[in-house]
Amino acid sequence: MIRRRTLLAATAASAATLAAPAIARAQAMKLSFYYPIAVGGPIPAIIDGYCKAFHAETGIEVTPVYAGNYGETLTKAVTAIKGGSGPQLAVLLAAEMHSLQDLDILASLDEIGGLEGDGKAWLGGFYPAFLANSVVDGKTWSVPFQRSTAIMYYNKTAFTEAGLDPEKFPLTWAELGAAAEKLTKRDASGRVTRWGVKMASDVGNAQWTFGAIANQAGHVLMNQAGTETYFNDPKAIEGMAYWRGLASVHHATPEGITGWPALSPDFLEGNAAIIQHTTGNLTNLRSNAKFPFGVAGLPGKTGPRTVVGGGNIYFFKQASPAERAAALKFARFLTEPARAADWSIQTGYIAVRPDAYQTPALRDYVIHYPPADVARGFLPVAVGELSTFQNQRVYQALTNNIQACLSGKLTPQQAMVNTQAEADRILKPYKRG
Amino acid sequence: MATMRRETVQAWLLVLPALLLLVAFTHWPAVATVLDSLFSTPRGSRPAHFVGLDNYAALMDDPVFWTALHNNAVYAAATIPASVILALAMALAVNTAIPGRPLLRMAYFTPTMLPMIAVANIWLFFFTPDYGLFDSIAAWFGLGRHNWLGDTATALPAMIAVAVWKEAGFFMIFYLAALQAMPPDLAEAANLEGSSRWNFFRRVTLPLLMPTTLFVLVNASINAFRLVDHVVVMTRGGPDNATTLLLYYIYETGFRFWDSSMAATLTVVLLALLGLLAWLQFGVLGKRVHYR
Repeated sequence: MIRRRTLLAATAASAATLAAPAIARAQAMKLSFYYPIAVGGPIPAIIDGYCKAFHAETGIEVTPVYAGNYGETLTKAVTAIKGGSGPQLAVLLAAEMHSLQDLDILASLDEIGGLEGDGKAWLGGFYPAFLANSVVDGKTWSVPFQRSTAIMYYNKTAFTEAGLDPEKFPLTWAELGAAAEKLTKRDASGRVTRWGVKMASDVGNAQWTFGAIANQAGHVLMNQAGTETYFNDPKAIEGMAYWRGLASVHHATPEGITGWPALSPDFLEGNAAIIQHTTGNLTNLRSNAKFPFGVAGLPGKTGPRTVVGGGNIYFFKQASPAERAAALKFARFLTEPARAADWSIQTGYIAVRPDAYQTPALRDYVIHYPPADVARGFLPVAVGELSTFQNQRVYQALTNNIQACLSGKLTPQQAMVNTQAEADRILKPYKRG
Repeated sequence: MATMRRETVQAWLLVLPALLLLVAFTHWPAVATVLDSLFSTPRGSRPAHFVGLDNYAALMDDPVFWTALHNNAVYAAATIPASVILALAMALAVNTAIPGRPLLRMAYFTPTMLPMIAVANIWLFFFTPDYGLFDSIAAWFGLGRHNWLGDTATALPAMIAVAVWKEAGFFMIFYLAALQAMPPDLAEAANLEGSSRWNFFRRVTLPLLMPTTLFVLVNASINAFRLVDHVVVMTRGGPDNATTLLLYYIYETGFRFWDSSMAATLTVVLLALLGLLAWLQFGVLGKRVHYR
């Protein structure tokens, strides 16, 4: 008798455990969210906080996976998806749109219902410059989120020391070259103790620096379809010559390659008076700099010009319809004006929507701390990032030639002609018609 | 007749588990790689199709492949002898009776215990221009700044230095074990005969260490093609491909450019290269090694 009762109880219990996951699945949706970290500071903690708030609000559990820098996150996401698992959504470089589409792993917003109802109005609320790397073939493939522009941070103490006006940052290439020369400090033996300016030229970043420089020369490097590049244009060559000249003519930046990870420490250590970096680094520098520093737009050939950068939220097609809907909900949650404002205040990334700047929090913040609003002022003179099919390959070709030029092995002319030849070879299969 | 057949079946059954594992994890991937290298990379709308040896022809035209091959040859030619000779010297040093011997042995062995990623990060600081370790030391002597990892001329030697530092301690252990196993009466006999220390080393120690040397050489050669972790951390193949090694290029092609066919083609080339090396070492060098 006892035995039978135990057996019954056991059966009931095991039936319950078997049924439990099914019920739990129906109730608690779980999403995996790959996230790249491009700057120092407490960004993972902020994202964790948003995920928690979203869970409390909707019961949907989003697990962020911090997968390294942009390049590493891309590799991990694509590898996982090709292996049959992987995230339902991820923040990846906005410029990867063509390549990701080519891999056939994306679900466009049109497919997942992002444009239904008030979706069109929501999408229309983003800054157009940030949507520049989102739309192709009439479809929208990503939602702007961790967005920035390249800006320059400069050490005001160093400016004063060099006899420059700390409130007046150079506006043209010529002015920047002259200022950087003055800012470069050498000790008695001729060893440089402070460089005038530093810009990243390592793998993964050189193409971004160069995208800004090309725009400064008034040049766009590719077509919107991502099938053609224009590196051998005289304007691109001129831009390359300007970059090389900062070392070879002005002796105001180190010879050879300068790595992105070292830029912030170099600036904070006083080893570089000016660095070109992302707006997303503002809060990090603000909390760690022991000297007053300024934020300014990048000088151009004739006036300031810059390039946008950063990551968008992508949705992957291996996710189930319910997961896609949940992922979309999360994307909309992250880009609500109040949250976009909070994100901008906590990191320095630009809020991706104008209405975020109408929120009291962000409005007050930029009044109290005007540098936070500098980058937004340069959005009208910003272009989209270099984005083509086989994006990483074109980046690599460009980076190799930039590095050869900066090391003095190739002239700017040769470097650009080589890059174009390689890009043509890479993009040959994508030429239409 | 029936017994024989049963024995054959039994034998196959006994071999089966090992055979399955070998086929699944070693032979099939190798064969699949060769097959993949004969097809084009499937992309979105275009599925893979047979292209014969086109991938190999494309590889011959790829300047980065030749750079990687050249870099790897230099890397191997420098790391293999340097780490083996250094390992032998360290083993001889800690085999003699000197004060603090256990500590010295441990110090030599420490780099081996550290993961390569950690090693690379430590050396990344050593190589930092201006305020890194090497430049700080150079500054005392009034020497200028060096962009060790950012200069095409010094980046590969910097990678080689890291690899040698990491590997030598590991090889030292093998030499040390071989030296410890050497009977002391040989040294005593040589002493009685009045043989010089150099003569004893050249005529007795070195020949007796030959089996160990072969083993160490094989390992060093494999490592010369296998150890690329520090490249990922320190330079990512830059500047201008100065530190792109074959395996790193395979990784880039496969997982950054998603060109799986070309990655397979490169893998086949690497496989052939390693096969050739193994054949040279065992076939040619192995014959000259005297095992007791």
